[in-house]
This record gives sequence, structure tokens and C-alpha cells, in this order.
Amino acid sequence: MPRLDVDALSKSYGTVQALTGTTFSVAAGEVFGFVGSNGSGKTTTMRIILGVLTADDGEVRWDGQPVDAAVRRRIGYMPEERGLYPKMKVGDQLTYLARLYGLSGADAKEAMARWTERLGVAERVDDEVQKLSLGNQQRVQLAAALTHSPDLLVLDEPFSGLDPVAVEVMSHVLAEESERGAPVLFSSHQLDLVERLCDRVGIIKNGRMVAVGTLDELRRTDKPRWIIDGPPGDDWLGEVRRARIVSREGTRTVVEVEADGDEQPVLQAALRLGPVREFSLSRPSLTDLYRHVVSSEDPGEGEGTR
Amino acid sequence: MKQSAWSMIALVASREIRTRIYSKVFVLTSGLFIVAIVGGGAFFHFFAPDGQNEQTVGVTSEVTPLALTIEAVGDGLGTDITVSEVDREQGEKQVSDGDLDALVDGPLPNVEVVVEDELDGTLRTVITTVVQQEALGEQISDLGGDPAAVAQQVAGAEPQVTSLDGGEERDPAQIIAGFVSGILIFIALMGGGQRVAQGVVEEKASRVVELLLATMRPWQLMAGKVLGNIVVGVLEVGIIAAAAVGTAWGFELLDTSSLAVGTVALWVLVWFLVGFVMYALVLASLAALVSRQEDVGSVISPVIGIMMVPYIIGVSIAPWDPESTLVETLSYIPFCSPFIMPIRIALGTATMPEVLLSIGLSVVLIPLLIWLAGRIYSGAILRTGARVSLRQALKADT
Repeated sequence: MPRLDVDALSKSYGTVQALTGTTFSVAAGEVFGFVGSNGSGKTTTMRIILGVLTADDGEVRWDGQPVDAAVRRRIGYMPEERGLYPKMKVGDQLTYLARLYGLSGADAKEAMARWTERLGVAERVDDEVQKLSLGNQQRVQLAAALTHSPDLLVLDEPFSGLDPVAVEVMSHVLAEESERGAPVLFSSHQLDLVERLCDRVGIIKNGRMVAVGTLDELRRTDKPRWIIDGPPGDDWLGEVRRARIVSREGTRTVVEVEADGDEQPVLQAALRLGPVREFSLSRPSLTDLYRHVVSSEDPGEGEGTR
Repeated sequence: MKQSAWSMIALVASREIRTRIYSKVFVLTSGLFIVAIVGGGAFFHFFAPDGQNEQTVGVTSEVTPLALTIEAVGDGLGTDITVSEVDREQGEKQVSDGDLDALVDGPLPNVEVVVEDELDGTLRTVITTVVQQEALGEQISDLGGDPAAVAQQVAGAEPQVTSLDGGEERDPAQIIAGFVSGILIFIALMGGGQRVAQGVVEEKASRVVELLLATMRPWQLMAGKVLGNIVVGVLEVGIIAAAAVGTAWGFELLDTSSLAVGTVALWVLVWFLVGFVMYALVLASLAALVSRQEDVGSVISPVIGIMMVPYIIGVSIAPWDPESTLVETLSYIPFCSPFIMPIRIALGTATMPEVLLSIGLSVVLIPLLIWLAGRIYSGAILRTGARVSLRQALKADT
């Protein structure tokens, strides 16, 4: 299956610049996590991919070609603020939406039955959407994005407001869809989930992509940091060169070295002082990375743009 | 997997139709209309002063010669009188049973009229006339004249009526048809227009519109909504019209000899379509400006107000005075004509070229309206939150 390229998108609402040269891509079978604070441009980007909004500049390509109406109909979309007819029955609603995506009446019914079963809302098919709990409404919303077996998934905050069981169901479905070969793009504020589910991550800030890559790529820092559990005191490093203590908590010390290999003298120095119970490379979590990226540079957050 | 614009429009329209028709409101209002119309018809049929239209009179053998004259005079006054011969005793019994409205007994010329309660006004006139004629005839014979010749002379003397208004004779049936056409069009346009507006806001408020617009263009969604609601409106008008025509026919309430019901109904339908397309486009685009159901009223009320004016003029002036300058002028003005022209047509005061000119003036406007409504709708439908101004909507590039 082809890849999705988002290339140098720009969009402004009046005087507010929502996107500036936003660029990233999602390969076939890849789960891409899109993170950024509120109003940073995630939803705007997704709406442009869907063609619901038009970009001022830049383009979205699918398989190297600009996305047109036919391609857009192959996207499974979950809008940020859920969108379903409150007074329409779940089953009718999903069938209707599937038909809008081009399924025949019978296929649409079959797909509706299959996905409500898979997502655990099958027994609510004859209820009006407004009678469902928010979590179940969200399952229906996901079903609406999946009934037409899309080639690409674009999900805006699919996990917000879900209970842990629903999060598991949602995670499994996303994994399955990417195994099927569909690129999956989703946004979330739940960074632990993004870290767990995503092959690649993009961090957006004030409409600009500030970091894109696999988690390992993002974690790779210029100066490796090592965690050592054992040696006491604040100055045990002594004469070891090209290394410095960054922080210390109890018996654990974080040491930053200049380059790979420089950690060996550190370990030897530590062993000379006594037993070492742990010696490992410090891998910053996505939350650490995100905090680092978002708090740096210009402090002015974009206004409420979507 | 590419779907044609038409199949998208058809899908949207069929959803509109299904949700509306199966809704409780639709079933309930249609039911109420039918009950009201049939009930009203039945009321007229059974409780209207029907004595004026059909009277039964019994005559005893002494006054049998009067029977034919009574029927003839009754006809002249627009009253059907059935005369039967009975004897006194039998006749009195039938009068008290209500089978006879009056029993006429001799001897001539001073006849006796037996009634249960009091003598019906028309019947009194008829019998008095007959008796007086009888008396007059007798006098004429006594004077040596020929009563038949005199009667002929008298019948030939008829006043000539000159109408200063120059107005042609209008049948009550035409007035009723005009009145009913005006009300039907109003109900259908008002109801349908509001349904379109509420539907647009429902989609915007629930954000489902974002999902829909990922599969189709805004104009397709709007066209589907308008089309679907046209069908619902036609159905609604059809149910009411069928109930009305059926009631009128079943209870013999309308003398339709001077009225081409089919033609009038067809024109009502045509004007409904013209009016609906125009008002639905305007209301749909205005409704797209707001994000909450409770704000719909504020944006569409100016349009509703504009609908009221031609409607009120239409039903309060047009049926009685269809040739007034105000009525004639408004029947050409787009947005007013759908309420007024059908009334003029029902009353038979609009010529075909006039009707076609009026339709033409409206139809010419429709492409412009589609363009304008499409711009406003697409510019506003995705902007949730505060009310979008018309200027913002028109300036938007998406």
C-alpha cells in the first residue's frame, strides 16, 4: 500500500497562522503518532488531509499523487469532536455512512454488523446514538471510520475519554489495521499510548513540525546519559574525564558523557568504590522529549486555532 | 469506487425522507390534519343548516295541484323541494317524526301549513309565493284574463345587473379553492423550510457534517437535503390535499362544476416546488451560520417574517379581491409569488402568460440563489462556535 506525504502545508485563519510548512509522511503499515499541545495545528492538518479544509500552500500526496476526491473516500476519518446524528439509530447511521463511502446496501449492512460486533457495541445497534455512553459513542465513531475498509486511517484524538478496556480494544484495532498495510495517523495527548503504539512520532508546535522520527531517533541525544546505581556521594566521579554528573537521587546517579565509549571509565570508577547494582543507558520517555521540545524556543503558544 | 454526484445526493435525500417520514412529529401532524379536515367536513355535512338545500313537503289531496309549482318555485330559489302526497293524519305523523319538513293542507286559497316547530324561512317564502300566485291566478280568471299568459309576462320581467367593478362572477368553490391553496402552500413552505434549517444545524451541531464532507462536496449535501425535504413536503401537501378533496367529494360539500380541481392542484404543486427551492436554499445557508439548535430561530426569523407578509395578504385579500393592485403586483415578485399566484390561478383571474411570466421571474433567480447559498453554506458550515457573520462566510475560501 502506498504512503501518505504531507508536504509543506501552510494555513492561516485571518491573522492567525495555523500551519507553517508542516511536513511529514506516513508509510504503509506504519502507525504515526501526532502530538502537540492544544491549538498547535493537529486538527487543521488532519482536516486538510481529508479535504474538509483547503491549505493556503503545500500539498498532500498519496502514492506520489496529490490527494483527490477519490482518494479521500478511501480514508477512514474520526473527527476530533465526535460527529454522529444523535437521534439516528447506531445501525442505520453506520450503514448510511458506509453507503456514502460507496458500499452497496448489502455490503454496508454486513460491514456495520461486523464492526459493531468487533468493537463490542453490537447489542446497541437499534438504540439512538444519544442513548449510548460517551465511550460507546466513540466505539461507534471508530466503526464509522472503518466500515469501508479504508486504505488510510486519520484519527483525531481517538483515545480521549475512553476507559482502559476501550483503550485496549482501540489499540488492537489500530494495530490490526496497520498490519493490514494501511498507514495509520492519529493524534493524542496520551503520550504513554503514543509511545507504546507508534512506529514513528511527529511533534508539532505552533504549526511547525519540531521533531519527526522513530522513537529511537528522537531519543538519540548528542551526549548519552547513563544511570548508575551504587556509588555514594556527589563527587565519586573524581578524575574521570569527558563525563559529568547531571542529577542524583538516592543511590542512583545520572551521568552525561561526551560520546559513546566514554561511559566505560565511568563504570570502572564506580566499581572501584563498591558494588554497582545497575548500569544502563538512560532512554528519555516521549513525555520527557515532548516537554523538552515544547518548552524550548519561543514561549508564545498559538491561539485557539484548529 | 468513485461515486457520481447524483448518487451522493440521492443517498442524502433518501436519509432525509426516511428520518422525516418515520418521525413522530410527521406522523402526528399528518394524522391531526386528516382528522381535522375529515372532521370539519363531517361537521358541515351533518350540522350545517341543510334544510335550505333539501326540503320535504307533504300535500293533501285538496292541494295536490300545488305540488308542481312548489317544486318549481323551490328550484328558482335554489332549494330542492321534494313534494309527496299524503293524507292529513299520515302527514302529521311524518311531520312530528321529522320525515316531512312541512305539511300543506287545503282548502285553497287559505292553506294551512303544519310544521313540527316553526316554518323554515325559505319554505315559508316558497309556499307564500305559490299561494299568492294561486290567488292571483284565480283573480285573473275571474276578471276574464289568462293566468298562464300573465305568468309568462311576469316571469319575463327581470332586472338587468350592471357591475361597476366589472368583476366577473366568482363561484364559492373557486374562493374556497383559492383560500385552501394559499394555506396549503404556506404550511408546506413554512414546515419544510424550518425542517431544512433545523437539519442543517443538527449536522453542524453534532459535527457529523465533518464526516459527511469528507465524502462529498458541500453543495451535494445541501442539494440532497433540499431535494429530500421537497419530497417530504409534497407528501405532506399530498396527504392534506387528498384528505380535503376526498372529504369534499365524499360529503358532497363542493360544487366543482366551475373549478378544474386537477389543474389547480397541479399549479399548487408547481408553485410549491418553486417556492420551496428558493426558501430552502436561503434557510439552509442562514442556518449554517449558527452552531446550536436554539440559535436557529434568530437567524431564520427574518425570512419567516418575510413569508408571513405575502401569505396574510394572499389569504385575507386575494380570495375576495383577486384583482387588487397589491395582489397582482405581489404575484410577480419572487419569494411572494408562490403564496399569491396559486390563489389567483384558483380564482381564475390569472392568464397563462401572466403565470408563466411570474414563474420565469422566480426561476431566473434560482441559479443565483444556488450560487450564493452554496458560498454561504460552505463558508460557514465548518466554523463552529460563535455565530458566523454573512461577510465572514462569503469571504471564506473553503
